[in-house]
Amino acid sequence: MSQANQELHELAKKEYEHGFVTDIESDTLPPGLDEDTVRAISARKKEPQWMLDWRLEAFAKWQEMTPPKWPYLDLPEIDFQSISYYSAPKKPEDGPKSLDEVDPKLIETYNKLGIPLEEQKLLAGVTEATDVAVDAVFDSVSVKTTYSERLAEDGIIFCSLSEAIHDHPDLIKQYMASVVPVTDNFFAALNCAVFTDGSFVYIPKGVRCPMELSTYFRINAQNTGQFERTLIIAEEGSYVSYLEGCTAPQRDENQLHAAVVELVAMKDAEIKYSTVQNWYPGDETGKGGIYNFVTKRAECRGDNSKVSWTQVETGSAITWKYPSCVLKGDNSTGEFYSVALSSLSQQADTGTKMIHLGKNTSSTIVAKGVSAMKGQNAYRGLVHIGKSADGARNYTQCDSLLLGDTCGAHTFPYMEVKNPTAQVEHEATTSKIGDDQLFYCQQRGISEEDAVSMIVNGFCKEVFKELPMEFAVEAQKLLSVSLEGAVG
Amino acid sequence: MSEVIEHYVSEHASLKDVLPGNDLSWLNESRDAALQQLSTQGFPTLRAEDWKYTSIRPIEKRQFKLAQEVGHSVDATSINGYLYKDLDCHLMVFVDGRFSAPLSNLGDLARGITIKDLSTALREDSDVLKTHLCSAADMTRNGFAAMNAAFMSDGAFIELDKNCVVDLPIHLMFLSTGQHEELTSQSRILILAGDNSQAKIIESYHAQQDSVYFNNITTEVKLGRNANLEHYKVQEESKKAFHVATLQVDQQRDSTFTSHSVSLGAQLARNDINSWMGDEGATCNLYGLYVADGRQHTDFHTRIDHAKPHCSSNEYYKGILDGHSRAVFNGQVHVHPDAQKSDAQQANNNLLLSKDAEIDTKPQLEIYADDVTAAHGATVGQLDENMMFYLRSRGIDYNSAHALLVYGFAHSVIEKMSLAPLRKHLESALVSRIPNAGQFSDMVED
Repeated sequence: MSQANQELHELAKKEYEHGFVTDIESDTLPPGLDEDTVRAISARKKEPQWMLDWRLEAFAKWQEMTPPKWPYLDLPEIDFQSISYYSAPKKPEDGPKSLDEVDPKLIETYNKLGIPLEEQKLLAGVTEATDVAVDAVFDSVSVKTTYSERLAEDGIIFCSLSEAIHDHPDLIKQYMASVVPVTDNFFAALNCAVFTDGSFVYIPKGVRCPMELSTYFRINAQNTGQFERTLIIAEEGSYVSYLEGCTAPQRDENQLHAAVVELVAMKDAEIKYSTVQNWYPGDETGKGGIYNFVTKRAECRGDNSKVSWTQVETGSAITWKYPSCVLKGDNSTGEFYSVALSSLSQQADTGTKMIHLGKNTSSTIVAKGVSAMKGQNAYRGLVHIGKSADGARNYTQCDSLLLGDTCGAHTFPYMEVKNPTAQVEHEATTSKIGDDQLFYCQQRGISEEDAVSMIVNGFCKEVFKELPMEFAVEAQKLLSVSLEGAVG
Repeated sequence: MSEVIEHYVSEHASLKDVLPGNDLSWLNESRDAALQQLSTQGFPTLRAEDWKYTSIRPIEKRQFKLAQEVGHSVDATSINGYLYKDLDCHLMVFVDGRFSAPLSNLGDLARGITIKDLSTALREDSDVLKTHLCSAADMTRNGFAAMNAAFMSDGAFIELDKNCVVDLPIHLMFLSTGQHEELTSQSRILILAGDNSQAKIIESYHAQQDSVYFNNITTEVKLGRNANLEHYKVQEESKKAFHVATLQVDQQRDSTFTSHSVSLGAQLARNDINSWMGDEGATCNLYGLYVADGRQHTDFHTRIDHAKPHCSSNEYYKGILDGHSRAVFNGQVHVHPDAQKSDAQQANNNLLLSKDAEIDTKPQLEIYADDVTAAHGATVGQLDENMMFYLRSRGIDYNSAHALLVYGFAHSVIEKMSLAPLRKHLESALVSRIPNAGQFSDMVED
């Protein structure tokens, strides 16, 4: 492993690949947080009064709360007064109507990210096949929503949350904070008070969304925490696959990211939510990097509904997120597939919660953790089988792979079972890459580097195969970039 | 300070002059520090992660008193009922937490073994105790550990010299008479096993009546190089009793510690089992079985520390829950940096027999070294349909088949015990606990 170790160190010295700052004039609020900040954000977004009231109520509640202490993280004190809570690219007057009107620098940024809107436009001009609709969140304001027309044909609403607040207030009032209550936790409450934008998806009854929906978040302006919300509602018998991917430019100060994602699945509906997260992880000594504190929760409200979370977490200095499923409907299904990589001085405390309430509900958890260098990777999961959940079934598998002797892998699986007909299984293993495995490969003429890469890829394959086609390519690319040098 | 803590502080003040070793300044200092700890810290609440699922309100609600003297009602014949048939042993009997010399029967002790009650040991071996007492068990862990350190009123001191192999098991019997209301016993057991020594030690807890009392026990074990200790604990307290116990083990190079813990009784039973493998080549095996019904609450918290390379640990716990009972299992394995070539295996399987029973299990791994094989598994479920079908298709009625499968589930833990008489006792104890097991009880008795 010495070679791999050495290469890990080389990797650490590599510049963050996506570390570039697009120099666009931003309309940014000065740092600080009080009621006026909340009012200012609301005013800038021209929100109706009920929305402002809601924010202020959340802010009042947040002030009474304290940050959680239980995660397995070495978390420095965050000064919430030193963060700017709003940043929007200038020229937002009417919002760009077509790609031509979009700031060319913005397009350049997306080009660097490798998922350009340009390509989307070209594709749009030629055919309606392929089709990833991108709702690009570029520092808090949704710049461009594509494919809306195509989606509108089916009655699907896919827009920024700000638009939804204006155009579909009834849906927002009905569903927002119905899955993650305002006071759910410290960071969720903060998000409720100061959230700037996000995505809203509504799939009407019986509609199968014809394309994968996608949002790219990108933190750009210096010192702006990004607080977005995502709300997805899948009505009876509908299906949607939603992709979320993130990259951020290199910064020295820690940036705070506290998002809230809420999913609602009605009877027979299915939501597939995939994330690739590759924010700046900080440097080897733990300086810089993004703090990623996300509350993600799905409610399977109707019978036979299904929610599937897939995540590939390679970035961020500190990750704190537990995409969860509340399985209320009978026969509903929750899935969680995760690859979490922590290298450098990254810390990840991530996992899931499966709350079984309905009869014959089932859940599957597959969590793969890879730790390298000084990375600390913790899986924290809860499987709760309520009294009413007859015939509930859970299978949990969490495996850790350790590369190097200074990293750590931890598992905290909580299992609470209150029903005798439930079947709950948990399995966890921790291992390093076996010398015999390496020997086997090398003996067949495969270099050590390739062999390690192959083994790590095999280790994560179970999760990768859950990603949608359009995303799998990028996910694998991100992982191989993150592990480059370490494993080839 | 809460009312109940005030009660114990004043209780301590009134007992100060009668607690064993009150002429030893080091012990008084240690007792005072522990009392201070208890009064500032109090008893653990549900907000503490380690006590998240176990409420100790029923203990807090009562003001227990320490037994002052040995109950006289107990005689040798009544002790016989609690002895294990066909088991020759060195016997120490404690009645309501007080050592009873007339009932004990140490027999002929081989050279190199010291077995004494705590008061005698504090008189005769105070230098040894000064070094070792309270050195393994951390009294700051929680209020109960501190309480025991402050009050320890009796107990056992067992010392094995280098190369000493004890042929007969040592049986420490704790009997609660229930003659007085709401008694507590605060026992302390200290076991020092020298290099290359070997012994088997049994702790057993019994009650004469179905009464309310509170046993708070701390057992400290220190194993020298290549020492091998088997520790058995059979807890058959009254169904109204409270039982809180800490077993703290310190292991030296190449030592082997095996714990078998069976929890059958008590309204609330909490066991903390911690092993610190402080040098290379140590092995730690923890086996356990908990059977609960009615409104019983059983809680096992184990922690194994792999502090040095080449240590291995093996943990196997099973639980059967019926009625409104609730069980908690928390198995923590901590592999420290540089503890390479560690091997940690853990399994916890639970059977829920009633719709009102509950299990909360958390097999927890914390690993800071890379060359490690660690695996843990936990399952909760009911009996396997295929096994049931197999038995039913061979003409065995549902109830008997059910009982047989439950028995088989639990037996895999008992069969790991090397003491046959103890195994026999537990087999029949198990049969009496499983509904409808009468059908095959004669098969077990043989």
